[in-house]
Amino acid sequence: MSASSIGSSPNRVGGIGRVSGLQEYVADVRLAGVLEAKLVTLDCARAKIISIDTSEAEQVPGVRLVMTAADLPQPMPRFGPQLEDRPVIAVDETKYHGEPVAIVAADTKDAAEEGARLVHVEYEELPAVFTLAAALDPDAPLVQDPSLRPKDPLASTNVLREHHVDWGDIEAAHADVVVENTYSFPIVTHFAIEPHAFIAAPDDNGIAVWSSIQHPYWLQRILAKLLDLPLSKVRVLAPDPGGAFGGKQHAKYEPLVAFAAIRAGRPVRLVLSLEQTFQAVRRAATEIRVRTGFTIDGKLAFQDIKADYLIGAYCDIADRVVGKGSYPGAGPYNVPAVRIFARSILSHTTPSTAFRGFGNPQVNWAVESNIDEGARVLGIDRLEIRLRNLARKGDPFIPFDTPADGDWEQTLRRAAEMIEWGKPLAPGHGRGIALGIKSGPTTGLSYSTVRLLADGSVAIYAGTSDMGQGARTIFAQIAAEELGAPLDAIRVVMGDTAIVPYDQQTSASRSTVLMGNSVLKACSSIQAQIRTMAARLHGIDESAITVERGVVRLPGRELRLMEVLKPGLGKLGGELIGNGETRKDGDADHPLGGAAAFFELNCTAVEAEVDEGTGDISIVRHVTVSDVGTAINRLQVQMQDEGAAIMGLGHTLMEHFIYDETGRIRNLGAIDYRIPTTMDLPLEMRSETIENADGPGPYGAKGMSEGALLCVAAATAAAVREATGVAIRDLPLTPERVWRALRERGGRANAGTNDDGES
Amino acid sequence: MSGVIKTLPIEITVNGRRRTLEVAVHHTLLDVLREDLELTGTKECCLVGECGACTVMVDGRIVDSCLMLAVEADGAEILTVEGLARDGHLNPLQQAFLDKGAVQCGFCTPGQLMAAQALLVENPHPNVAEVQEGLAGNLCRCGCYYQIFEAVLSVAEAGSR
Ligand code: FES
Ligand code: FES
Repeated sequence: MSASSIGSSPNRVGGIGRVSGLQEYVADVRLAGVLEAKLVTLDCARAKIISIDTSEAEQVPGVRLVMTAADLPQPMPRFGPQLEDRPVIAVDETKYHGEPVAIVAADTKDAAEEGARLVHVEYEELPAVFTLAAALDPDAPLVQDPSLRPKDPLASTNVLREHHVDWGDIEAAHADVVVENTYSFPIVTHFAIEPHAFIAAPDDNGIAVWSSIQHPYWLQRILAKLLDLPLSKVRVLAPDPGGAFGGKQHAKYEPLVAFAAIRAGRPVRLVLSLEQTFQAVRRAATEIRVRTGFTIDGKLAFQDIKADYLIGAYCDIADRVVGKGSYPGAGPYNVPAVRIFARSILSHTTPSTAFRGFGNPQVNWAVESNIDEGARVLGIDRLEIRLRNLARKGDPFIPFDTPADGDWEQTLRRAAEMIEWGKPLAPGHGRGIALGIKSGPTTGLSYSTVRLLADGSVAIYAGTSDMGQGARTIFAQIAAEELGAPLDAIRVVMGDTAIVPYDQQTSASRSTVLMGNSVLKACSSIQAQIRTMAARLHGIDESAITVERGVVRLPGRELRLMEVLKPGLGKLGGELIGNGETRKDGDADHPLGGAAAFFELNCTAVEAEVDEGTGDISIVRHVTVSDVGTAINRLQVQMQDEGAAIMGLGHTLMEHFIYDETGRIRNLGAIDYRIPTTMDLPLEMRSETIENADGPGPYGAKGMSEGALLCVAAATAAAVREATGVAIRDLPLTPERVWRALRERGGRANAGTNDDGES
Repeated sequence: MSGVIKTLPIEITVNGRRRTLEVAVHHTLLDVLREDLELTGTKECCLVGECGACTVMVDGRIVDSCLMLAVEADGAEILTVEGLARDGHLNPLQQAFLDKGAVQCGFCTPGQLMAAQALLVENPHPNVAEVQEGLAGNLCRCGCYYQIFEAVLSVAEAGSR
């Protein structure tokens, strides 16, 4: 019997391919006769397309197809995960910088590029809106055609939707101190190192589409509808994404490439440049006004939160981001009265989409920072004020949702300990601590199939996308544990809708819990079959036999699963097949359509040093503690946690899109858009977990891949505040911004004490 | 660049194998590795020399292959990620990347490995700061930086024993 791998750190399944250059990403797929495609775009955001002349492009040797809106069905097919508002290709008007107006496919990239350059588009730039203020101006041009939203009273504005979450009575709530501030969070982009890539090929009277997508089955549905094909004739192949972070959840240019392949009668591949990828996915910028009421003893009396999210020209999943991201805005605290009002506001910019944290980091940044402000006014330590308000396990902290599902105080106290909260600080240093919470999946459906092969090795079929989080490894560990197979004798098959059973999606840190439970059930079904076999082989009643974690227990003795399987299968051999299903139904009356399967809870604590001369922030120590229930793979948990933390430092310290007056991103590309490198890291990063096996997943696991990003900004800004005395409420905290704030402040701040308890 | 694409013959040694090729003069070494030689382990991301995904070794030195024209590589000896393993065995750096958890999505990994390999050739016993600096041109959005440092340092240490 092999030792249990649960809670240890076996090497990544699929790791060898990744270190040897053999892992095949979409751009690496070899296909005979594939055409390479390039997009034609305009040099402004919003334009009326007057005419498109493709004749010269068509003359380029090697060009096989030039396709514009005129070559597609009329009216233009539209799609989207929430609203069917995105056209397959721009028709009549472009609505954001980078929106394609034509696609050219050719034998070589060179020819496609040359063809794309020679597509002549006559267009007229139109007035457009790129900021919240401009979009909300009563005279603003409408981003969306009101006919797309019939009967919606908001259709004549740029407000796509409003979301309300309320409990208690704010007006009646008694507060001794009210703190009100406005915070802003910039537009940032995912910057997965793998740019988005798509291939489509005519296949078996239908279509095969390769995409580095997180939700292959959702894409399959969308393509089936657009192309009027049965699901079985749409095969989505989803090679492991080279990083996704939410940006690869939903269809972008797959439908366009599919139409191109059908028209060309050949496979067509489109690999976006990094610049085009930036123009394809981003996080919503947000302006958050928070009014927080406290009683004199530091108890939260109310939270009044108004959050405006600047989404893009098409909805994508952005409005769900707004609703779900603002929903736990009051944090993991017991707050008697809460009013959250969030709006999705359309603009002529790249459609914003899911991005690790899913709308939560924005509101968290504001609300956690405001709690610090309250603590200062009240003269209460910033850790203490959180402890006084924190929900304890079982508290219905969001009245209509899953009660607090962890010992969150343990998380908070551990992070405080690790950052040495309260200890004297060196001059120019400060500390910050913040809590982040995110609602896990509200619905879910994950099927899986597990095959126990004749020699005891195992094949798992699970439709999750392994985009780096390590889902393959987790599923393999579960099967290894339950079926007693060595890890290196397990194959995990993913990424092909023609072979692997349905999975709803890979998002909301769900896969360990939902697909993990599904795999667990499939394994249980195999265990039940083994039990029947054992009863037959040994002539005893099934009720006297148990099968658990790879071991078959008969009265008076134990057998390895293999010792039953081999004789049980007999001469013909064969295999045992188990199916699993995890279903989490929604609840139509719930504000989010379903209660949280679990909460992701993280505490981040930071010690920072600020260079008063340059405004440069260096993170001396970064502590992240996540309540993960059970870490099935310890190292992977740490990697996801640290990765999320470093990504959080990106939007906190350096990342933001800068737009010009025509809506073009000025810092488009890797030279001008900076993400954390090896030189931007905290001097020390410490990641720990709280594990009480109290999650709904296998062995008590909870999802955890986003938590450590949620409150990085608030913790860091709080450290800067303590180090310098300046409160900055706009992200990112660039040296210039910090330096300017220091100039305004004048004098010098922290000369080596700390300000906990300062009033 | 309408009309006929100009080509030139080059001779390069890639992962120990001599190759004679006719390459387009405007194609980068990255293009030729990925397309002409079908060595897709070397990755393409920013194409402006900022991300390091396309890192290879040219005559023992680290190069962003997206910034080098293939014709400039004429006569050179090139090592890509596919050339690290020998006889089906991972090299120590590859193994350390796996053991230390320096790989998540894996898209930056080939570039990280090549940069680390070059670093260790130049400086067999780097300290953390030197590793940090040596890999500063290799972005990892999954954020495995600390694990990558650990992997590189563990190989350096093992080498010194
Ligand atoms: S692709 Fe060459 S450095 Fe980014
Ligand atoms: S492992 Fe994903 S970018 Fe480095």
